[in-house]
Amino acid sequence: MQIFLPIADIPVNIFLILAMGMAVGFVSGMFGIGGGFLLTPLLIFIGISPAVAVASVAGHIAASSFSGALSYWRRRAIDPALALVLLIGGMLGTIAGVSLFTLLRSYGQLDLTIALSYVVLLSGVGGAMLWESIGAFVRARRGEQPTLRRPGAHNWVHGLPLKLRFKKSKIYLSIFPVIAIGIFIGFVGAVLGIGGGFILVPLLIYVLRVPTSTVIGTSMVLTLVTMTFATLLHAVTNHLVDAVLALILMVGGVIGAQFGARAGQRISSEQLRLLLGLLILAVGVRFAVELTIRPTELFTIRALEPGA
Amino acid sequence: MKGLVAIAFMAFLLTGAPVMEARAERLIASVSNHRVTITPDYSGEELVLFGSIERDADTPPNRSYDLVVTVSGPRATMVTRRKEKRLGIWINADSREFINVPSYLAVFSNRPINTIASAELQRRQQLGLNNIILTQRVASGDFADVVPGDPFRAAFIRLRLQHGLYREASNAVTFLTPTLFRTGIPLPPEVPTGTYDIDIKLFADGALITRTQTAFEIVKVGFEQFVADAARRNGLLYGLATALMAMATGWLASVIFRKD
Repeated sequence: MQIFLPIADIPVNIFLILAMGMAVGFVSGMFGIGGGFLLTPLLIFIGISPAVAVASVAGHIAASSFSGALSYWRRRAIDPALALVLLIGGMLGTIAGVSLFTLLRSYGQLDLTIALSYVVLLSGVGGAMLWESIGAFVRARRGEQPTLRRPGAHNWVHGLPLKLRFKKSKIYLSIFPVIAIGIFIGFVGAVLGIGGGFILVPLLIYVLRVPTSTVIGTSMVLTLVTMTFATLLHAVTNHLVDAVLALILMVGGVIGAQFGARAGQRISSEQLRLLLGLLILAVGVRFAVELTIRPTELFTIRALEPGA
Repeated sequence: MKGLVAIAFMAFLLTGAPVMEARAERLIASVSNHRVTITPDYSGEELVLFGSIERDADTPPNRSYDLVVTVSGPRATMVTRRKEKRLGIWINADSREFINVPSYLAVFSNRPINTIASAELQRRQQLGLNNIILTQRVASGDFADVVPGDPFRAAFIRLRLQHGLYREASNAVTFLTPTLFRTGIPLPPEVPTGTYDIDIKLFADGALITRTQTAFEIVKVGFEQFVADAARRNGLLYGLATALMAMATGWLASVIFRKD
C-alpha cells in the first residue's frame, strides 16, 4: 500500500516502512539502544532525503525509548539520580553539537564529517565490544573464572572529587565523569543525528561501573529526553520532521521493541554484547567501504532550500 | 494623435503583419487536468495533452506538421557535486550550482528533433534536453551556460532522467488526423509541487510556424497540505505535536504489551 509522505514528498510503501521500524525496534529493544545508526541509513537508501531521515528518526527513537523506559521503570531498573546528572551534561552537549552542525554545514563538508565519525565511532566501539566479549568467551571455554568486578573495584575515575551516592545503582562517584559523558553523548547525538545509546551503554558499564541492572533503563531515559529535544529542534529550525513517516516508524518500532526486549532477556549478557559488537562493527565497516571504494555514480544532485 | 496612430499602424505593418501572414495556422491545446492533486495515495499520474491545428484559407494545402511539446515544472536551484579520491577516500570535491532550472522537464515530439529543425533553430528555440539553457554558477562565482558535453551538465541531466524528472521522447506526440494531435505527460511519484508550463511549437518544412502555451498545477490538498503547512508555519507546535505523538505511541505500546 503506497502512501505519499507530506514532508519527504515521495510515496512509500507503508508496510516496508512499518517493517523497517519493527526490525530496528527489535534490535533497539534487545540491546537497549535507539537504533538511529541503523534506521537513518535505511531510510536514505529507500530515497528519503538525509535531512528528513535524520529529523524523523529522532521522533521514532523518542517513541521507542519512551516505551522501553516505561517498562524498565516498572521493573525499577532506572537510576533517576544518575539519569538526571547525565541529562545536565546531555543538554549542554546537544547545544554545542547543534552549533558545530550549523558551522560544518556552512563549509559544505557535513556529509564527510558524518561518514568519517560513523566509521571511527562504530568501528571503535564495535571492535572493542567484540574483542572484549570474545575474550570473555575464551576464558569461559578454558574454564577460568570470569574476573568478577567487585563493587569496590576502583579506577582513576573513582578518585575524582564531588562524589554523589547513586543509590539505585549502588555506586558512589564524582559527578564530573557523569556530566562529561552526558556532554559527549549529547554532542555526538546532535552532530550525527543518533541517540548515542550504543556508545553510552559501554561507557556507563566500563568507565562508571554502573551495574547491568540499571544501565539500559537509565541510558533509555537519556536517549528519550535528548531525542524529544532533537525532534523539537529539527521541527522549529529546519521544518523537516515528517510526522507521517515518524508515526509509521514509531508504530513499527514500539511493537518491535517489545519483542526485542523479551528476546534480549533470554540470552546471556556476554552473547548480547558479542552480537551488538558485531552489528555495530558491521555498520562501521560498511561506511568505511563506502568511503574507499570508487562509487558507481560520482555525481549527486541536491536542491538548495530557498531560505538556506 | 493622428500621427501616433499612423506610427502605430506602420509599426504593426512592419512587425506584426508579416508574422500574421505567415501564421496561417492556429494552435489550440488543452490538458486533461489543469489541477493535479496530491493525496495520500498519489503515486504518479499521467496527464493527456490534446490539441488541433486550425487552418484557414491561406494555408498551403497538404502541409505536413511537426510538433515539439516542452513541459517545464517549477524552477529551483540545485547543486551537482562530483566525488574525487583524496587521501584514499571518496569525498565531494568539485561542485556546480544550476541556477533556476526546471525541476521537471519533458520534451516530446512526433519525430526526432534533428529531423524537425536545423541545428541553429534547435539552439535558438531551445528544443530538446541538449539545447535547453541550464545556467551554471561555477565555483569562482561566474555564470555560464556551458556546452552540452560539460560533465556536470551531462551528469545533471542523466540523474534527472533516472528519476523520471527529465524526459525526452521523439515519438510521444501522435497525430490522430493530420491536424489533431495528442501526447501523454507522465508525472513521476516524486513530483515537485507548483506550476507547470507547457509550450507547444508547431513546425512545417523546418520552420517555426506558431506556438501556444498552456499550464497546469500540482498541489497538495487535504491532509497532505495540512501537514506540510503546519510544519512550515507552526514549527514549534508541529514539533510538540510530533513529540506528544511519540510519547503516546510509546506509552500505548507499553500498556498493550504489559505483562504483570
